[in-house]
Amino acid sequence: MKRVYVNEEWCLGCHLCEYNCAFANSGMKDMAFALKDKKIFPRIHVEGDDKITFAVSCRHCEDPICVKSCIAGAISKKDGVVKIDRSKCVGCLTCVLVCPYGALAPGEDGIMQKCELCLENSCGEPACVKGCPNHAIVYEERSDQA
Amino acid sequence: MKNYLIVGNGIAAAGCVEGIRSVDPDGAITVVSEEKHHVYSRPLISYYLEGKTDLERMKYRGDSFYEENGCRVIFGVRAIAADPVLKQVTLEDGTALPYDALCVAAGSRPFVPPFEGLEEIKNRFSFMTLDDALALEAAVKKNSRVLIVGAGLIGLKCAEGLRDRAGSIVVCDLADRVLSSILDPDCAAVVQKHLENNGIEFMVGDTAVKFTADSRGGGAALMKSGRTVDFDVLVTAVGVRANSGLVKDMGGSVNRGAVVNTRMETNVPSVYAAGDCAEGYDASLGANRVLAILPNAYMQGHAAGVNMAGGSAELANSFPINSVGFFGLHIMTAGAYDGEMTEESRDGSVRRFFVKDGLLRGFILIGSTERAGIYTSLIREKTPLASVDFGLIKNSASNVAFSPDERRKKFGGVV
Repeated sequence: MKRVYVNEEWCLGCHLCEYNCAFANSGMKDMAFALKDKKIFPRIHVEGDDKITFAVSCRHCEDPICVKSCIAGAISKKDGVVKIDRSKCVGCLTCVLVCPYGALAPGEDGIMQKCELCLENSCGEPACVKGCPNHAIVYEERSDQA
Repeated sequence: MKNYLIVGNGIAAAGCVEGIRSVDPDGAITVVSEEKHHVYSRPLISYYLEGKTDLERMKYRGDSFYEENGCRVIFGVRAIAADPVLKQVTLEDGTALPYDALCVAAGSRPFVPPFEGLEEIKNRFSFMTLDDALALEAAVKKNSRVLIVGAGLIGLKCAEGLRDRAGSIVVCDLADRVLSSILDPDCAAVVQKHLENNGIEFMVGDTAVKFTADSRGGGAALMKSGRTVDFDVLVTAVGVRANSGLVKDMGGSVNRGAVVNTRMETNVPSVYAAGDCAEGYDASLGANRVLAILPNAYMQGHAAGVNMAGGSAELANSFPINSVGFFGLHIMTAGAYDGEMTEESRDGSVRRFFVKDGLLRGFILIGSTERAGIYTSLIREKTPLASVDFGLIKNSASNVAFSPDERRKKFGGVV
């Protein structure tokens, strides 16, 4: 299946992916209205130091430890996509404690949210990838370890 | 067609069902559930009292879970005996259930010490099950004075859940601090202070020695210190005992729980155990111990199910982890507090790491918990700290600490 992959050599550290993610998941039609003067809570996060930057989002693991660890049974994997039922999440953060990639962070309300590849929001494909100016984030099929 | 029997209907049982079905789509699965509820998440009972979830959302799996997985569930009946020669389990109503493979996933029960006068207290509760939470919900009134005996995870989550429902809450514990099983004294003091700021009163290093009932269902506790605490509602949360009796009946090895190997097999042929009733391998300890945490219950149940169905699954790398919040303050702990402690605490947040032989062995985080799973993975993978920039990530967990090659594997490949 297609997943989001990162080419850190190409990442400019511009954080546009974070804004595109937050907008795509805002449910709003106007980006300025959705994001202007607001603290954003994206599902992808740029990490880095003065030498290197890269964007981190859910790896949609083959055997996701978050699914097995969620105390509310709120995280599940279907058709290759790891999803969260936010109505069941109680914000205990056990998924944050077990995700080896540090890919999960709560939303503004303290309830967990995560990358679901934009398949069900207004974007329809990963907004982080679509908006990346330097193709540092790609959405493609890869078979084994790169 | 294989005949699978699961005694218990909690998270380990759900994991077992899903483990079996990942290998065998056809075998018959029977689940014996002492509680009359659809599989639900026990740690959510405090969130229920707080109003952060409800009976519907507490269901660990959807309404069609048993049907979709072809399970027959027998609700409201206890398994009381098992025969490893006939390979059958007997229920309290006399029904005998045969099995080809059995998983004992019966959980644990509250341990209530024999306090003098305790039996006379009518408004006395445990805090383990959904029925306990429902009973407390009915008993606690706006002006109720609640005494909770036990300042472990169960007692403190109960205190949080009841705070807005009760008049006052006092928590006592014989130990000299709160959460003594997962926090050191400094960290426990931080958490206790936060709870006190949120209206919970503590009596640590003190416990009830005698109870006197009043005429309204409550009573008074005479404490070891000589003080007296009057209460309307009493919750005992002192500890738990594994429900490992069936395994013992069959001649299986039982310590604090039913002893299992890394395949979740007991020493009785075709009999497995998983979850809070099992004593499995703890990699941080290098020995067996009951790891009574929900993720472990699921994983043990799943591994048991895979093996029961003829697949192969091993759990050789489990260790304790806890992620718990109280009134907005998050606490995460993992592994063993073993070796040299290095600390990066500031601004009211605590970050303590325990390093031994060049490996991260455990940690305690209070307040700032972002990306903590990166630390957990260092323990799980036994990553030599010399190969990562640990000095950098003690302040803030980040994938920057790994080499570019390592990051390419993590973020450029299928994982």
